[in-house]
Order: sequence, then C-alpha cells, then structure tokens
Amino acid sequence: MDRNEIYDKVSDVLVDALGVDDDEVSPQATLTSDLGAESIDFLDIVFRLEKAFDIKIAQGELFPDNVAQNPEYVQDGKVTGKGLAELKQRMPHADFATLEQNPDVNNVAEIFTVEAIVRFVESKLSAAAS
Amino acid sequence: MRWMWIDQIVEVERGQRLVAIKNVSLAEDVVHDHFPTQPAPNGEQLDALPVMPASLLIEGMAQTAGILVGHANDFAEKVILAKINKARFTCDVFPGQTVRFEARIDRMDESGASATGQVSAYDHARQQYHDVGTVELMFSHIDQNMTGLEFPEENFVFTDNFKTLLRAAELI
Repeated sequence: MDRNEIYDKVSDVLVDALGVDDDEVSPQATLTSDLGAESIDFLDIVFRLEKAFDIKIAQGELFPDNVAQNPEYVQDGKVTGKGLAELKQRMPHADFATLEQNPDVNNVAEIFTVEAIVRFVESKLSAAAS
Repeated sequence: MRWMWIDQIVEVERGQRLVAIKNVSLAEDVVHDHFPTQPAPNGEQLDALPVMPASLLIEGMAQTAGILVGHANDFAEKVILAKINKARFTCDVFPGQTVRFEARIDRMDESGASATGQVSAYDHARQQYHDVGTVELMFSHIDQNMTGLEFPEENFVFTDNFKTLLRAAELI
C-alpha cells in the first residue's frame, strides 16, 4: 500500500470518526485544534485504524498516556525537557514543531497531525510486512 | 421515574452480543406531547401522536450495549457512554409495541469499546418485527482513561436499579 492510499484511508477514518468534511482534512491539520477531536475520539480513531488497515494498536502506542500527569514530564503546565524526550522516543511519528516552540502542556495534542497518523500507519504496515 | 429504558435482558453472548427488550406503554409520560399534530382541515387541533422519543431509543441501546460491555469484565469497569457515532431511525415506535435492542461489540480494549446496535419493534397486532434503526456507540472505561481524575471506588454506573435487571438475567 503506497503513501497516497494510506493517506486516503486515514482521511476516510477521520471523516467518519470526527464528522468532518474531507476537504477539512489536510496533512498539516491537527486532530484537536483543526478537526475538533476530543479525548474519546482518539480511542475511536484507534479502533477505526485497526479495522481499516487490519493492524493491532496497543494502548498508548499511537497517542501517549500517562505523560501529562507525570511530574517529571510536566511542571507548572509546561512539558519538561525530559518529557519532550520521552514523547519523542515514544511517538517517533508525531510532529513536535509546535510543542518545541511552546512547551505548554495544552500543545501536546498539537503533535498529532494527519501526517503523523499516516507516518504511524506506514511504520506499522512496514513492520508487519517485514 | 427510574432511568431504565430496557425492561428485560433476553439473550446474552458474553463479550459479543446482548439483546434486551422494552415494552412501550401509554402510561409513560414521555410518549405524550412528543410530536404535536398539524391542525386538521377543519381547523381542529388534535392531541399529540404518542410516540417513543428516538433520543430514548438511543438511551435504551446505550443501556443494552453498556451492560454488554460491563458484563465482559464482570462489571468491574465503570462503563460510560462517551460518544454516539451514528443514530439513524427510519420509523417511529408506538405505545403497545415492544422494542428489541440488539447490541454487538465491534472493538474493545482496556480503555473502552465500540458497539453497534440494531433497533427493531414488535407490532403485536401484526405479530411481526420490523426494523426501526441503527445506533453506533462508544463507551469509555473511565478509570482507565481520565488519568489524574479520581472517581468513587464504588461502581456508580451499575447501580441497584440495574442490578435488579442483571440479577433477573442471571448476569450477576
């Protein structure tokens, strides 16, 4: 499956899960700010990606859990250097540009762009194939 | 009034499928005044046509599917309706009819579950079921998701009212 096919399928998943129009979905669009995703939508997206691509996604694999609540990773509402390193290590597919510019904890969700989801699926599919 | 929108659990396949029924009665306040009728040609304003509100059919399905999801883990999780992905109804349900809610789990993990439900209604006069609609739902196991928030120890989802229903079906 090439990148365009993955992108189209990811786009369909987001249209169905978030009730957005397909022209609202672009590679740079963030799930929360641009597409209006709320916390339960992340689980919905995971379930739909599993079905669409016939893959298994473990809890915390695509979207991080237990980061914002860890005082080592977040202090005074800002993601620490250690927290950022942890996120980058756990989420190699994510886009850290916004969070690096402003490590406000509310920007953690900004690392999830449509492109990041496509990269994640791509790596899962290539891991499954090898 | 009790917030119970199913009367009986009639079929269970643990972790997969659960069927519940509800008998809709003219004695229930919710069926009245739901859809006022248009004035008749002679100008007479007829009483509202009593129908079961579709929003409460969604709630009935949420209770059916919620029990299915809860039963999969022996009701250890607090199962909360988190999202209605889709709800589509093609006809109304009227007093006297029996609603049948059939819920199936599509996906489930530690964080929650997604389920699809088929709603149908039994018309006792015609002695047959007909399709009413489809509801797709998502449930959250809230203790697993809302990290950092504390919830009461006791399971406030499956309360005494539900326990009566669950006991009758021998699920607890």
